[in-house]
Amino acid sequence: MDKLKPDRGLLKIDENECKGCGLCVEACPPKVIRIGDSLNHCGYRAAIYIGAGCTGCGICFMACPEPGAITVFRLVDRRATAVPVPHAQVEGAVSCASN
Amino acid sequence: MRKQLMKGNEAIVKSAILSGCRAFYGYPITPASEITEAAAFYMPKTGGVFLQAESEVAAINMLYGASSAGVRCMTASSGPGISLMQEGISYMAGAELPCVIADITRGGPGLGNIASEQSDYHQVVKGGGHGNYHTIVLAPHSVQEMADLTALAFELADKYRNPVVLLADGFIGQMMEPVEFPKRAVAPRLPHWAVAGTADSRGNLISSIHLGCDELEAHVCNLEAKYRRVERNEPRAEDWYANGAEIVLVGYGIVGRILKAVTAEARASGLNVGLLRPITLYPFPSLHFQRLAARGRVFVVVEMSNGQMVDDVRLALNGVRPVEFLGRAGGNVPTHHEVLALVKKLAKKYCPALEPEELAHV
Amino acid sequence: MSSAMDLEYTAAQSKPKAFYESFERKEELRHQTHYCPGCGHGIVHKMLARAIDELGIQDRTILISPVGCSVFAYYYFDVGNVQAAHGRAPAVGTGIQRSRPGSIVIGYQGDGDLSAIGSAEILHAANRGENITVIFVNNAIYSMTGGQMAPTTLLGQKSTTTPDGRTAEHEGHPLHMSELLATLSAPVYIERVGLGDNKQIAQAARAVKRAVENQVRGLGFSLVEVLSPCPTIWKMPPVEAQHWVRDVMEKTFPLGVFVDRTKESRPRAATNAAPALEEIPRILGTRDEDADAIDDVPALRAQEVDLHVRVSGFGGQGVLLLGEVLAEAGMDAGLEVSWLPSYGPEIRSGTSNCHVRLASSPIDSPLVTHPNVLVAMNEPSLKKFSAGVRPGGWILYNGATLPAEYERQDIRILARDFTREADTIGDPRAANMVMLGALLEIAGTLPQASIDAALRHCVKQPKWIDLDERALVLGRSLCKQFLERGAA
Repeated sequence: MDKLKPDRGLLKIDENECKGCGLCVEACPPKVIRIGDSLNHCGYRAAIYIGAGCTGCGICFMACPEPGAITVFRLVDRRATAVPVPHAQVEGAVSCASN
Repeated sequence: MRKQLMKGNEAIVKSAILSGCRAFYGYPITPASEITEAAAFYMPKTGGVFLQAESEVAAINMLYGASSAGVRCMTASSGPGISLMQEGISYMAGAELPCVIADITRGGPGLGNIASEQSDYHQVVKGGGHGNYHTIVLAPHSVQEMADLTALAFELADKYRNPVVLLADGFIGQMMEPVEFPKRAVAPRLPHWAVAGTADSRGNLISSIHLGCDELEAHVCNLEAKYRRVERNEPRAEDWYANGAEIVLVGYGIVGRILKAVTAEARASGLNVGLLRPITLYPFPSLHFQRLAARGRVFVVVEMSNGQMVDDVRLALNGVRPVEFLGRAGGNVPTHHEVLALVKKLAKKYCPALEPEELAHV
Repeated sequence: MSSAMDLEYTAAQSKPKAFYESFERKEELRHQTHYCPGCGHGIVHKMLARAIDELGIQDRTILISPVGCSVFAYYYFDVGNVQAAHGRAPAVGTGIQRSRPGSIVIGYQGDGDLSAIGSAEILHAANRGENITVIFVNNAIYSMTGGQMAPTTLLGQKSTTTPDGRTAEHEGHPLHMSELLATLSAPVYIERVGLGDNKQIAQAARAVKRAVENQVRGLGFSLVEVLSPCPTIWKMPPVEAQHWVRDVMEKTFPLGVFVDRTKESRPRAATNAAPALEEIPRILGTRDEDADAIDDVPALRAQEVDLHVRVSGFGGQGVLLLGEVLAEAGMDAGLEVSWLPSYGPEIRSGTSNCHVRLASSPIDSPLVTHPNVLVAMNEPSLKKFSAGVRPGGWILYNGATLPAEYERQDIRILARDFTREADTIGDPRAANMVMLGALLEIAGTLPQASIDAALRHCVKQPKWIDLDERALVLGRSLCKQFLERGAA
């Protein structure tokens, strides 16, 4: 991975919505999701983003059976006109650039 | 005065459309098929939907859909088909969906025959499906009532959000009599609870499932409260010389007609006989019976079955007066001579005050 | 390299808007589904919700929840929701879509629901080409009820009702619903997809969207069968269950498109617009002007008419029509009338009969067990009904002479070969009207105008009306001759 380039994607996993099935871990092409060690309020070990390497491909989102447990963000291409979400507003988000 | 000579089965469909019914799903069965045929003819011409379903199971579930979407809808069948519809009727009662079901009865059990019996009483009036529910049941005894009670059925179905059954025997369905219809058609209206595929109705849910015990109990209690209102407000019966009668004949549908003939002949021969004809079978007009018990010495229930409504008469009278029963089955019709003979026998037993000369020719 | 604060990320994949923000219908799970970890339902729900978002149809969508684990789909989807009985979603969907063609009706069914108890409903909805979308989630087992065999259970697969594994000999082969439905002409799109790996999931999402989009375009029936994992009942960890879909299930249920007629299909023509409300009585023929003006003939009422007629013969002799003309004429003349036929298979072969009553006061019973006029068009009718004729009554018998056993002294009997009489005026089939003519002469009460009007009402073809009018005249004259002979 080119350390100089920011990650194209960013993951948010709501650990309280996760049931720890691990399908996202299996689905993730760059393998940047793992099952965490602590239990969430339902008693599941929730999936967590390892904090770097997300490509924003969205495959984990579709593989996840929970409606809103995973949110996938993509780095805004400044040439595009999409309304961006400033990084700081992505609650709980972690990007490789901040590490 | 202007009237039309028409079969009961055809009158149902015309009255339904005039009452705002815009969907008919059915499956042919003798002796109800004319209803389905008339619906096939008139529904598309009046902006409604007609579809012959693959079974009665499908037909009642198509009604479930149409009713969910807020459309006044109906079906028609006979005993064997009504048996198949019981699943859907239970679901509709549970989901509080209005619809009208015409049951033009025939002989049973099983395939039975296609002659007229009144042996669907239990399955229709007592609720042949599972769970705590009732259907409202109306029993016409003439072609005019086929039209009038169909209109009433749609009103009650909407008012109480409940299936209503029009329970008529094959005779009433097949018979032609002069009939008069309302001058104006009722405009279809979209009920507020319907799921109609619109922004306004998006939040609505049609369902009969209540998974929590308390939740289902609350639902059942609400239904029960509704049925109490129905029982308070809607019992109907025709009193035909019954007020003050010592011998009260009881019969619905075509039997009611026969008993009118018996009443006339019995009264002509000096017997104090009257007829109480239930028009609503659920709610059962129990109060009407209790009122007549003051003067009535005996109640004589006549049915084209082995005795189904007679249980409700006994419950209504609760032992204060004797209840006698005459039933014919298999499509045999109690003749008015047969009933009259019983009436005369009962007069001797229960009305000893009769003058000897009257008894002589009894 | 830019600092963190300079980077901007935008949500690319997030909870679809077709889901409720919070699942209020489930108190303890406001943000999660009730499904087990790794269950395929959640994935299919998400695909469907996203398709609804992308197609912009949330307000129009009506989702039909099935019976099975997904019975609570309505907890999650912020659309119109209808919960249906086990297997009946296609019938319910038909009822909704036919009346609300602007809605988008999506049936969501499991394998027990769709391929077992609801096999008839899905087959016929597909065959009619209903403009609905069906999402068929096949996990080869009854899950909610605890793991019993489904029609789609694989050979050898154990279930609580096939404890030693399903065998073809005992339970039959797994049912291939997509292939079965693909034999029909109507469906527009049928595809089987899986949730066995990333590639399958991506294809499944595309298929679900296409199936809904077809409906939006009004093309007709679309079904997507989704091979879906059930880790709990299969007793497998979620990832293993996912792979079992791909590695095992797919061998029995090959993925692929079985029907795709989206290119050649055209949106259905809109149904005819509903007529104005004021038009409906005209269409039904229930306006005043459609009804018969009933002449109140006081003289007739004063006569105290009380006619009990039984008409009987073989099917095809015009028994019912004879009765109908009589009843119609009676009504036209202001009398109370009733007409009650024998019905059912009886009218297709063998005997046919009807009860007709005309009376000046309201009719109690429409049943005529003791007629004052019996019209017997053949001997079996005579045999069946002659004994019931009231003393002083009449029998009109279609036969040259009355068989001796039916002789009665207390009634009058006009026995004549009415069929031959009808033949003399052009058609033996007019025998019923000749007999009606005789009956009218006996009854003697109905105005000729009422009879003419009734005939025109009941008999539609002009050539028959002319013949029938002559038949009535003939019948009357035959009866008159008989009466004159009797008087003489």
